[in-house]
Amino acid sequence: MIEISHVDKWYGPSFQALRDCTTSVSKGEVVVVCGPSGSGKSTLIKCVNALEPFQSGEIVVDGIRVNDPKTDLPKLRARVGMVFQHFELFPHLKIIENLCLAQQKVLGRSREEAMAKSSGLLDRVGLNDHARKYPAELSGGQQQRVAIARALAMDPIAMLFDEPTSALDPEMISEVLDVMVDLAREGMTMMVVTHEMGFASKVAHRVIFMDKGEIVEDALKEDFFGSPRSDRAQKFLSKILSH
Amino acid sequence: MNYHWNWRIFWEPAPNGTGTYLDMLLSGLLLTVETAICAWILALVVGSIVGVLRTLPSKTASWAGFAYVEFFRNMPLLVQLFIWFFVLPELLPQAWGLWLKQIPNAPFYTAAIGIGLFMSARVAEQLRAGIGSLPRGQKLAATALGLTTAQTYAYVLLPMAFRIIMPPLTSEFLNTIKNTSVAITIGLIELTGEARAMQEFSFQVFEAFTGATALYLLINIVVVIAMRFLERALAVPGYITGK
Repeated sequence: MIEISHVDKWYGPSFQALRDCTTSVSKGEVVVVCGPSGSGKSTLIKCVNALEPFQSGEIVVDGIRVNDPKTDLPKLRARVGMVFQHFELFPHLKIIENLCLAQQKVLGRSREEAMAKSSGLLDRVGLNDHARKYPAELSGGQQQRVAIARALAMDPIAMLFDEPTSALDPEMISEVLDVMVDLAREGMTMMVVTHEMGFASKVAHRVIFMDKGEIVEDALKEDFFGSPRSDRAQKFLSKILSH
Repeated sequence: MNYHWNWRIFWEPAPNGTGTYLDMLLSGLLLTVETAICAWILALVVGSIVGVLRTLPSKTASWAGFAYVEFFRNMPLLVQLFIWFFVLPELLPQAWGLWLKQIPNAPFYTAAIGIGLFMSARVAEQLRAGIGSLPRGQKLAATALGLTTAQTYAYVLLPMAFRIIMPPLTSEFLNTIKNTSVAITIGLIELTGEARAMQEFSFQVFEAFTGATALYLLINIVVVIAMRFLERALAVPGYITGK
């Protein structure tokens, strides 16, 4: 579904954010990407839907080359859902309109169709009562659930999560993770940048560990948590699991 | 000082035969309002386009916006009006120049366009600041949903940017109204022009300019109140404008 091969990315002439990254995510697979901050994990998943350009290598999503100048990027992005650390709901639009906007403007759905789809998804994340509120009137956890629903409204073939729980108060993390766990169990293809190792051990199939722009370890979940091969991954795990 | 006060002068007939002195000032007020509204519409339209250009990733677009803004904001308004009114007709081929000089109401059009372009540079800078103040993730989120750049601006960035810059935009609208008084120098007999004419006819200089001041104050108060209502009507929960 997602093939990443030999991707290099530089910010400016001197800083290399990604070094020769190669991995893949197959249909229905849940892959967790972890690593210390500045390791390039967010950059990597932003390259998948071309939010960040990269200088060499190739990414293919569902048979379409992301870095081909002929690719219709808006069309490709509409098929890949993305959830951000800071939710990024549109503050001037009510919750229901946040879900309807791209359905109508990008997919060309009718108003009725978009509204029906939106309320269905809001029901699913338990927020249909809030459909007529503005984003700032919801808690962080609620906003992130809305953001997930907004991405799902586009009927994506895969979902990318960029640290979806890092900006949340501790008591709100589980309500978001619950939605993501359900999604994973339904067979959604997911690439998740997160520090939530509990989530990783529960639903991930594979774990990718990145450091300094490199994919240091790309292993099945059992292997990664059982016995990470690299020193750097061992150190990282011991730091975040020690509490 | 031996000054003969006469506040009843406003109700005395003016020598130009068009009614009382008050009628003279009011017809000047009407022309001031007409000029200001035309200039403001032009400033908003052109300023929005240039402001957006300055925020686009394209180097050419942002350079063009930069050049436009610096050209129009670094020359005194008076000089700009003189250039449009006295210099431009001489620079054009003779037939065009002649045609330009013979347009009826030339001072009105010159003032509306000249002041409009001058103010558009200021609107553009404010819009650029407004767009720049939005979290970077807003653009990424809209892009990730498959919206094109034009749709991202139209549905996501501009609605919030304009709300954020509403208070300084109110000031710019007031400046536009006040700047129309400069057009007296190219022969537009607006409110300041009528006040000066009234002083020349009647020698009641204090009354004439007190009357003009009161009328400027009146329209500016109307604008301030109207903009306050607009701010409230468009207020978004969690953001500065309106309460």
